[in-house]
Amino acid sequence: MLVLNNIEVIYNDVILVLKGMSLQVPEGQIVALLGANGAGKSTTLKAISGLLGPEDGEVTDGTIEFQGERIHGLDPAEIVRRGVFQVMEGRRVFEHLTVEENLRAGAYTRRDRGNVPEDIRGVYRLFPRLEERRGQTAGYLSGGEQQMLAIGRALMARPRLMLLDEPSLGLAPLLVQEIFRTIRQINREQGTAILLVEQNARAALRIADYAYVMENGRIVLEGTPQELQENADVREFYLGLTQVGQRKSYREVKHYRRRKRWLS
Amino acid sequence: MDLFIQLTVSGLTNGAVYALAALGFVLIYKSSDVINFAQGELLLVGAYVTFFFVAQAGLAWPVGVLLALAVAVVLGVAVERTVLRPLIGEPIISVIMVTIGLASVLRALVTAIWGPVPRSFPAFIPRDEVLILGAVVSADRLWAIALSILMLALFSLFFRLSNEGIAMRAVADDQQAAMSMGISIRRIFALAWSIAAVTATIGGMLLANIIGVGGNIAGLGLRVFPAVILGGLDSIPGAVIGGVVIGLLEAWTGGYIGQGLNQIVPFIVLTLVLMVRPYGLFGQEIIERV
Ligand SMILES: Nc1ncnc2c1ncn2[C@@H]1O[C@H](COP(=O)(O)OP(=O)(O)O)[C@@H](O)[C@H]1O
Ligand SMILES: [Mg+2]
Repeated sequence: MLVLNNIEVIYNDVILVLKGMSLQVPEGQIVALLGANGAGKSTTLKAISGLLGPEDGEVTDGTIEFQGERIHGLDPAEIVRRGVFQVMEGRRVFEHLTVEENLRAGAYTRRDRGNVPEDIRGVYRLFPRLEERRGQTAGYLSGGEQQMLAIGRALMARPRLMLLDEPSLGLAPLLVQEIFRTIRQINREQGTAILLVEQNARAALRIADYAYVMENGRIVLEGTPQELQENADVREFYLGLTQVGQRKSYREVKHYRRRKRWLS
Repeated sequence: MDLFIQLTVSGLTNGAVYALAALGFVLIYKSSDVINFAQGELLLVGAYVTFFFVAQAGLAWPVGVLLALAVAVVLGVAVERTVLRPLIGEPIISVIMVTIGLASVLRALVTAIWGPVPRSFPAFIPRDEVLILGAVVSADRLWAIALSILMLALFSLFFRLSNEGIAMRAVADDQQAAMSMGISIRRIFALAWSIAAVTATIGGMLLANIIGVGGNIAGLGLRVFPAVILGGLDSIPGAVIGGVVIGLLEAWTGGYIGQGLNQIVPFIVLTLVLMVRPYGLFGQEIIERV
């Protein structure tokens, strides 16, 4: 469904951030993209959705295809219309708009206006908490509610592929579980394919069909969640486990924290 | 008492026009951070274009007014295409400088086409005298107030209820996130400039009906600055209230204290308000969750 082939992204004409990045998302699947801070995960998503422009980034090489057609270089609005929707890192709800206005903003590109109210009700069924706060200014919602709103707003566009950038960032463990459950539910019930960027490798691998590990602007490892969970490096650096399945000693923990601060 | 009512009506009239002009100004500022120094000239152009269609081309006034509004929309889109789009990615200050250039160009165009001498405007809004609580006021002033209120109400409905209105507010909040919804930023900029030109044209024609067409309309249009600074640069209700307050202050000080002072007093009040509330009366608060 989505194929990235050897793409290269440069910021400000000089900073090379993606160096031959390739990955695929098959129809209807959840694909996780893992990696340390600064590896280039967010850049990858913005390259797909066409949002590099405001940051002075540019795809300088390679191809991005969605449903067999090149989408790289298209207007972000056109990419949304074709069914690719990015939920940006940090939620980015429209703070001075109400919850319901945020949802309507998500439906901006929809041609079938008549179905929008029903879809808003659908989002409320998925996140009843949002319905209770439908008239409230989004800036005053809690972090978890804002993440629900960001995902609900994406659903309003009826995307075929959703790009989620660190949905668990800054949320309490219980909320993380709830958000991940909902992501899987959306994938199962609506058949929406999902490319999930996460620092929380453990939670992401639990719901993913396939996963990539990214370092320094390219993919260094890929496989099914089982394969990755059995991989010694992944266990050590991404899941924080040693061979015997226990946490490392304090000194080693400190050591790995310094190297990989994003461990779950 | 008569004097008070007359001054208040005249202050409210000017204030309503300032509010219309300020609405467009705030819209441009909110959606693109650009301070539009050509806002006064948009009133001027709007007044003269209406003058052209109604007085010079001799069209029936409903047709002339509609055509003038259509020209305003075209002007807004043209500004986005020719002035703003080539500047994408440049610092905001360059765009602000360009609006200063645009102001001179528009003013020069108006002088080149219609000459420097003010002209009288065929009254398409009745100028009969009416009595309010015993005071004589001109009906066109009351019309101007009523029409401005109607326009402001229509626009506030537009911002709350229509998809484009919500999209404009979304862009004002977070441009990149708005892009991720598939909202075209260029389209929103063009829309903001078009609405600014439309409200300015309405303000310009209301003023022209009262004082005739001439360069002083641009001068009155410049009152949008004290109005929006008073109200808070990014607040539409603030712009409306700021416009009305400045209009009233001018009229009252002009009538009770003396002409000339009415030019200064609004700025004194403005300075005092800013000392207490640096973001203006209604400047948008930055939401910080705890
Ligand atoms: N707008 C930008 N301009 C310049 N460099 C950037 C920009 N955005 C990100 N980078 C750099 O690109 C690299 C990858 O960033 P990012 O894609 O945000 O990584 P991740 O999402 O994996 O943490 C980082 O080194 C970061 O400093
Ligand atoms: Mg990131």
